[in-house]
Amino acid sequence: MRRALRSGDPFVWLTGGALATSLLMIAALLYVVMARALGFFWPSEVVQVHLAGGATALGQVRDREPLPRDQDPTGTAHRILLQVGNRDLYGADFRWLNERDIEATEVPTDAVVLERREWGPLFGFVQEVRAGDTVIATGPLDGWRALHDRLPAARELHGRILRMEKHEIGAINYRLEQERLALKRLQADGAGPAALGAVEATVAQLDQQYRAVQRDLDQLVAQSRVDTVVLSAAGGKEKSLPLVQVVRAYQPNALGVGAKLRVYGARLWEFVSADPRESNTEGGVFPAIFGTVMMVLLMSVAVVPFGVLTALYLREYARQGLLVRMVRIAVNNLAGVPSIVFGVFGLGFFVYFLGGSIDALFFPERLPSPTFGTGGILWASLTLALLTVPVVVVATEEALAAVPKENREGSLALGATKFETVWQIVLPNAMPGILTGLILAMARGAGEVAPLMITGVVKLAPSLPLDGYWPFVHLERKFMHLGFHIYDVGFQSPNVEAAKPMVYATTLLLLLIILALNLSAILIRARLRRKFVGSAF
Amino acid sequence: MHVNGAVMDMTANAPGRATVPPPQTAALRAVSQTGGADRIMIGVEDLCMSYGGDTLALKHISFDIPWRHVTAFIGPSGCGKSTLLRCFNRLNDLLDDAWVTGRITLDGVDIHEPRVDVTELRKRVGMVFQKPNPFPKSVYDNVAYGPRLAGVRARRQLDEIVERSLVRAALWDEVRDRLRDSALGLSGGQQQRLCIARTLAASPDVLLMDEPCSALDPIATARIEQLIHDLKEHYTIVIVTHNMQQAARVSDFTAFLYLGALIEYGPTERLFTAPEMRETEDYITGRFG
Repeated sequence: MRRALRSGDPFVWLTGGALATSLLMIAALLYVVMARALGFFWPSEVVQVHLAGGATALGQVRDREPLPRDQDPTGTAHRILLQVGNRDLYGADFRWLNERDIEATEVPTDAVVLERREWGPLFGFVQEVRAGDTVIATGPLDGWRALHDRLPAARELHGRILRMEKHEIGAINYRLEQERLALKRLQADGAGPAALGAVEATVAQLDQQYRAVQRDLDQLVAQSRVDTVVLSAAGGKEKSLPLVQVVRAYQPNALGVGAKLRVYGARLWEFVSADPRESNTEGGVFPAIFGTVMMVLLMSVAVVPFGVLTALYLREYARQGLLVRMVRIAVNNLAGVPSIVFGVFGLGFFVYFLGGSIDALFFPERLPSPTFGTGGILWASLTLALLTVPVVVVATEEALAAVPKENREGSLALGATKFETVWQIVLPNAMPGILTGLILAMARGAGEVAPLMITGVVKLAPSLPLDGYWPFVHLERKFMHLGFHIYDVGFQSPNVEAAKPMVYATTLLLLLIILALNLSAILIRARLRRKFVGSAF
Repeated sequence: MHVNGAVMDMTANAPGRATVPPPQTAALRAVSQTGGADRIMIGVEDLCMSYGGDTLALKHISFDIPWRHVTAFIGPSGCGKSTLLRCFNRLNDLLDDAWVTGRITLDGVDIHEPRVDVTELRKRVGMVFQKPNPFPKSVYDNVAYGPRLAGVRARRQLDEIVERSLVRAALWDEVRDRLRDSALGLSGGQQQRLCIARTLAASPDVLLMDEPCSALDPIATARIEQLIHDLKEHYTIVIVTHNMQQAARVSDFTAFLYLGALIEYGPTERLFTAPEMRETEDYITGRFG
């Protein structure tokens, strides 16, 4: 026994075991997330179940599990979770069905899934397609064909309405807001009635434009309500739906693998490129992706210079002694402060103090509604920069310490000043280490949620922090974030079952984005290292 | 030849050897005896140096280093050879607790005088280190580092300095086609010659060499020694070496240091054939060290 211990074999097993355990846990996590996330976009088959008592249900099987013990002591019976959709018809869109109540199951080829802009998916059979009061097609077969033919036009119409709302009306609203602010400014400056009259005239003109656009819009909306599809749903119910409400329509049971893959790709693309729908439980997460990436980049821009300068002073200029050692310990401990504390600090210092001062100085005409005096992407990024600065400081300090003494002396001996040596020799040499710090900071910052919740993240941001209106980058705007999205969809959503796959998909996406950000930093670092090591001899 | 303006001024404005009476030391007499230059490049008077506290690393050292000759420092490890060398370009200034007393003059000017700019001093007194220490830059950028610090920006002028320095360091033919490659890809001997070229590019008057061959193989060592021999036509060279044969081969004068004190100093030939001091004889005959 003693010999076995002394030989070190058990220790090797212990270390190997520790590694294997952590790898296993990571693999399990990735498997769960990936399986659930990637399965979500697959158009699975729609089953029709006939229950004892004559009732039927139509939907997609989402889960299967043993019955609870109190209902089935033997533990052999199972129940399935059926997504029946049609929330507006049934009230709930998921149903647990005991398998022993099911008399028969079939897979009807003409069952249709309609993804809607509101109220979640619709399952049923096409009864008829109408244009106004005239019936164009009836029956599942002709009806599906007519639906399929008319969908692109409806989608195009919806796009036009959306563009009109967003761009034309948006532009008028933007200008109206500018004029309103100009008016307030003029009033504050005590301008004469002539100047005020000019602004009011512009406002009246804009109002007229607005009314004209609104008339056009009303017309389009009315036009979009003409084409409708009537679906017969399970349980003898009937639902009439304007085509413009349909995001996507398909008959999953009739699709081959290739067609299913196309639907899969379309749904996946929608997820990463579209705005969310239905209080974030459907549609895409593009604003959250955008917000996350932009926030991480802003954070990097803030944290690297700040951290590097701090580390430079600590390592290069400060006289190494007790004080510097204590400062170093304090900086290291800063990394252990709970992130929510940083959030509270960010709220107090950045949002209320800095933001409030900026508002009072530069945007007095907008008060009492705050501009920078409320949470926004800038304040959230700076808060995260503060949170991650110890990581950068520690990594940079180590990188600086690792720069060979010979190189510094070589530079100094050539008549370089300390500053020239730091700038030309030490910093370039330490760059890979600094980038390592940045990678760690980004990984930490991108996954942080708590401090963001009080410094600018919202459930649904009306516009991106980057758009076509001057000054194009709107650092004061609130933004969406994938990490917060996970929390919000997973735990604040009214429709938990519908939201579940979104949580997995969003998690996977966040992991991928962090991976991509890190990978780009690692590639830059590798290029720098190659430059320093030189070509092989 | 390109000479940095400030350096030129410093030489011109120096009080001149006429106003500073040359210390009559054994070394100077030795110079006269050998018929070499009688001009003193570096004068050391009662130099004491400490890395902190009361322990002296150098104890009351006085001697003169003649102009455009090779002077070698020999002695056992820890005797203060490198410390003394680093006093000449004030590289010891970097250490927080170190202090120096006594005088070191360069061309008659006290290098510790407040009006002496330490960076200008280091441009005049170049240094080559024990381990080749090329910067992680291209061969060209390594050599151009000093001139660029001095403010040379013109491409053609830089090209000219780089080529001339590399030629002088006997490296040009080996690297002329790979000036843009990383200096870290060169062999050890090439790297050391690159470091010499880099030092020459700053157009110094004095070349300090701190065991420049200790990390090199015999062939590379022979090349460096040949180079030292060629360079003394233009530069005053001070070399620290562990290797007594090397000191005998390359130097005109040799100083033997022991435990921080200068034991003996004189023409190399005399010091190795007829040492005046017991310690010197013991060391060069290999009885200790």
